[in-house]
Amino acid sequence: MNYLWAFVVGGAICVVGQLLIDYTSLTPARILTGYVVSGVILSAVGLYKPLVDLAGAGASVPLLGFGHLLAQGVRQAVDMCGLPGIFTGGLTAAAGGIAASILFGLLAALIGKSKDQN
Amino acid sequence: MKLNPKEYARMVSRTSPPSPVVKDCLWAFFVGGGICLLGEGLRQVFLIWYDVTMAGTLTSIALIFLSAACTMAGWYQKLAAKAGAGTLVPITGFANSVVSPAIEFKAEGWVTGIGAKIFGIAGPVIAYGTAASAVWGVLYWLMGKVG
Repeated sequence: MNYLWAFVVGGAICVVGQLLIDYTSLTPARILTGYVVSGVILSAVGLYKPLVDLAGAGASVPLLGFGHLLAQGVRQAVDMCGLPGIFTGGLTAAAGGIAASILFGLLAALIGKSKDQN
Repeated sequence: MKLNPKEYARMVSRTSPPSPVVKDCLWAFFVGGGICLLGEGLRQVFLIWYDVTMAGTLTSIALIFLSAACTMAGWYQKLAAKAGAGTLVPITGFANSVVSPAIEFKAEGWVTGIGAKIFGIAGPVIAYGTAASAVWGVLYWLMGKVG
């Protein structure tokens, strides 16, 4: 059941993005930014945690989950150390994904060749 | 064979190909769902050795690695042309938005080329995500003080 929900919920979140692409003139950068901010809001009002519990990676892999991660991190850090947690919580929770993207990006630049150069 | 307009409309809709929007959405659903399914499979494996938080982080890192590899091979862009939001919205799309300019702007140098261009999409995502989470942090802190 875990896997079915991961597939269905993940797919449905992507369909919403596709409808935004087809019916609005939003660029990919705007859609991704919107998804992350929406994820923070959905997490803050308590709607996203149940979805993650149900669908696992189906809810955490789309960028909404990235927003949820930021919001959850801030909340935990505020619980632990009060107001300074606002600055440390979000990016601490999201560090793995951000660092991996940067590191693999630099690695790809190091060994990869631009198609134009070939 | 005589047809009234209603029957004709029904015949046309049965034989005509699905509208581009429906086709786009089916692609987005199956590819996006598939990437999440792969993520869930990885997460279950990581859960054998790690707690929920670390398993989630490792799932993201593994998917980002796979996305980087597919982007380098040129496969991710090909899939994205069909799958649209199905490849954009998952974390693999975020990774693609970092890795793709890293390769593309190599010719412009390591600092102002690669170093700056990798944040073309990731920059706004991280900036506004952080800002939104800080707003939430302030509200949550105030709620703790009041309640």
